Formats: sequence, structure tokens, C-alpha cells
Amino acid sequence: MARMKFLCDADRCIECNACVTACKNEHDVPWGINRRRVVTINDGKPGERSVSMACMHCTDAPCAAVCPVSCFYTTDDAVVLHSKELCIGCGYCFYACPFGAPQYPRVGNFGTRGKMDKCTYCSGGPLADNSVEEYAAYGANRLAQGKLPLCAEMCSTKALLAGDSAMIATIYKERVLKRGYGSGAWGWQTAYKETVAV
Amino acid sequence: MRNPLRSLAMALLFALACGVAAPAVAQQPDSVNPTASSVQERQLIEALRAGTPGTGTTLSGRITIPDRNAANLVQPQGQAWRAFHQGAMHWVGAIAILGMLAVLVVFYLVRGRVRLEKGFSGVKIVRFSAFERMIHWLVAGSFIILALSGLNVTIGKFILLPLVGEDAFATLSEWAKYSHNYLAWPFMLGIAGMFLVWIGHNIPSRLDWEWLRRGGGIIGHDHPPARKFNAGQKGVFWAVMIGGAALSVSGIFLIFPFVSGGVLAMQFWNIIHGLAGVLLIAVILAHIYIGTLGMEGALEAMTIGEVDLNWAKEHHSLWVEEVASRSRKLPPGAAQPAE
Repeated sequence: MARMKFLCDADRCIECNACVTACKNEHDVPWGINRRRVVTINDGKPGERSVSMACMHCTDAPCAAVCPVSCFYTTDDAVVLHSKELCIGCGYCFYACPFGAPQYPRVGNFGTRGKMDKCTYCSGGPLADNSVEEYAAYGANRLAQGKLPLCAEMCSTKALLAGDSAMIATIYKERVLKRGYGSGAWGWQTAYKETVAV
Repeated sequence: MRNPLRSLAMALLFALACGVAAPAVAQQPDSVNPTASSVQERQLIEALRAGTPGTGTTLSGRITIPDRNAANLVQPQGQAWRAFHQGAMHWVGAIAILGMLAVLVVFYLVRGRVRLEKGFSGVKIVRFSAFERMIHWLVAGSFIILALSGLNVTIGKFILLPLVGEDAFATLSEWAKYSHNYLAWPFMLGIAGMFLVWIGHNIPSRLDWEWLRRGGGIIGHDHPPARKFNAGQKGVFWAVMIGGAALSVSGIFLIFPFVSGGVLAMQFWNIIHGLAGVLLIAVILAHIYIGTLGMEGALEAMTIGEVDLNWAKEHHSLWVEEVASRSRKLPPGAAQPAE
């Protein structure tokens, strides 16, 4: 089985936010929830870079470690998913997540934030693959259909890469060697305790 | 359209210009090196760790969606919070709560129940009014549920989850969370009421030092004089006030997300809430012990509101004199113990 990861090549990202839009559309994500977002670092200054960020599906995921009801699980493809049936909406995963991935349907509403929602790496949840129930709770399950996450698949500059760790790292390395520069695999050190050595 | 040949020539010229220009840029020796100017995550995180001025507390940037918290790209503090929550929090909780239980068991085995030396006199005097008892049980009742549901969210998955299964545990935890959120309000009301009702009796005095120096009669069989509350009871009062205030403030910031700031503020208040919670639970365990099993004749003060005269004389001699002098309407200096 593959070790699925995201890699955002910040030297290619043009901050078009199409990944954000595609994600919201593909999974019918409600208002107020952003499973993916684009953050621009050093905006307007030399060295400005935009990074598309979502759940990084960490190795030894902090969210899973702190969850009081142990609702997280890791799939055979190393994707970190959670069960909304078990989630109690306490917010602990949000405190622990280094990437701000966990989202809640309601904020500031007397602690009743609702069930946590986050990027599923387009691989649904614990319910039956591609069932109506799974779509309603977690969104589309593209991995079960043999497809990669839509955000990366439709990225116009191919800045956002999704796929097996070794494969996307190789693609990124080739790019860096060819063009002679690269600002690194954002979030990898934090999420996987390793980075892409070029 | 009038001169198609001319258009064609222009197009050719344009194509040629492009073809010539491209290699010219590539060969330019002093072209901008994007690596030198590009921001690297590693540099930014190292700047964060070093606390370089101007870097802020998280690695954040500009965002085009309304959720301000989404502007945080990487917050390494999440891992520190995780390490605390899964490490130190468990140890502090275990040492405070299990340690206190162990101390109480050892104390019970060594000292035994603190009995009335002269036995029950059969004469009762009023110790707590109905209002005082109502306030006490309002705080006590809500605190027990808050403590259990609070412990559940921290260590329930290690103890209850294997016993009842994940579905039952998730349902239970959800109800525990709701009860924690809603019972917080009667608890806070009770803490405020308790402060107003008992603050007058809980100002530390020189008598408390004497009481502590003589071991409060808990260690040994001495009976140092005390007014309505002795130094130990004052200690419980102030622990409940300070702990209750810390729990209330931190709890309000947790119950209304992002009122206190961003995710870092919430991590901070969560740590305060957890530590104050387990420490107050440990104090209250000792309070429950001495109020029930640990001391003969103590529990009825808070149940029926009356205590035996001998109990009052042994543990709160000065308070008995005050009550007696008040009831006989004598000037305080002329009061003589009723024998």
C-alpha cells in the first residue's frame, strides 16, 4: 500500500484558490468550513510564496493522540480519517493540529461546535465506500474509485501534488534540480519528521 | 485584411523575436536567483523557535477567506500542547488524585476515625442555615459531575473505553460534555454565592497559625481553639475560591471558542483548566474524607445543619462561645462557658 501525502510546490503556486473551490464543490462542504486553504507568506515582500494547506495526514498524528474518544484511524494508504459518529466536537484535535486542519460547523455557540470536519484525502470515512451516507457525512470517496484527491488533480500549475510519498518526492526533486531552486516541501518536517532532500 | 502579406510578416517577426529573447534571458549571468529570496519553511520555523522579533508566534500569512484562524499555516505549539496533554497532564493528575487517595488511606489506617472524646451529648446546635447548605450542595453536586466528566475527557479513553466499547463510550462522552458545559453555570453561581456567604468567616487570623502549629488536632489528639472555621477549613474555602475562579475563567474561554484569542490562547486556557481541575479534585477528596468517614459527627453539619454540642466544643470552641453569648444576649466579655 502507498503512503499518501500532499506536497505543495510553493514556487509554482499562483494562489488561484482553485484547489479550495474544487474541494468545497466536490464534497459539498458547508459554509464556514474550509478543508483546504491557500496562505500567502510574506505577502507583497520579496520571497513571497503561497502554500495550499489542508490536513497533511501526519505520521503519528497529533489529532489522533489527543482525541478523548479515539475517533481517528489511519487507513492502509496512511490517510488519517475520523468517525463523525464517535466525534463529540470537543475541539482538542484543533488545539493539537499543527496545520489548523480540523473545522467545526459552528463557532462561539456555547461549546456546541458540532462534529469535526477535515480533509479526507478524498477517501470518505468509515461508512460504506461511495454510499449516500458516506457522501453526506464525509464527501466523495475518490480513492475508492482509483482517483487521487481533486485539489491536486485539477491544480493548473501542478503545484499541489498528491500521491505516494516516494513518487511525489521524486517529481519535486526533479523539478528543483532542473530549475535550480525550491523553497522546500512545506509542512513535511512537521507532519512526517522528514523532508525531501535535494 | 487589406494586406495579408504584411500581417504574416509581422507574425513571423514576433515569433522570431520571442525565439531570440528566450535564450537571451536564460543566458543572462546576473539573473535573479529565486532560491536566495524565496521564503523557506525551515528558516521561518527556526525564526519562530528562536523568538526572532517580528516573526510572531505562529507561521501565518494572508488569507482570502473570512476565517482568520485559517491564516495560520503552521503552529508548532500544537505539538507542545499534545505533549503536555498526553504526558504531564496525566502525571500531574495521577500524582494529585491517586496520591491524595493513598495519603487518605494511610491516614485512615494510622490515625483512624477522629472520634468525639466525650461522646455525643444529645444537645444539638445550629451550624449551617438552609441557605448555606443549599449553596454548599449546589457547588458540591455540580462539581462531582464536572469532575467526573472532566476526567473522562482526559483519561476516559484509557479506563472506560476498553470496558464499554467505542460506541457506548462516545455516546457517554457526548452527554458528559453537554453536562460539563451546562453544569458549569450553576457551579459558577454557587462559587459566587459561597464567596459572599462565607468570606467573613474565612479571613486568616493569628488563631490559624496556632491551629496549624498544633497540627489542628488531626495529627495527635490536641484540640486547638477555632472559630466557625478552623485553618484547615479556611484552606479548603480558599482552594475552592481560587481553584473555582481559575476553572471559571478558563472554562468560559474554552466554552466560547476564540473569545480569548487564537488557538494558542485556547491551548493555554486548556492547560490552566486541566491543572486547576485535578488539583481541586485532590483537595476536595480530602474534604470529603474528613467530612464523612474521617470524623465522627461532622457530616450532619451539612446534612441536617445541626451538630452535637460536644463536637462543636471540641472542634470549634470559640465559635460555641460566640453562639452561646449571642443567644443569651450578654456582652461578649461576660460570656462564661455553659457547664
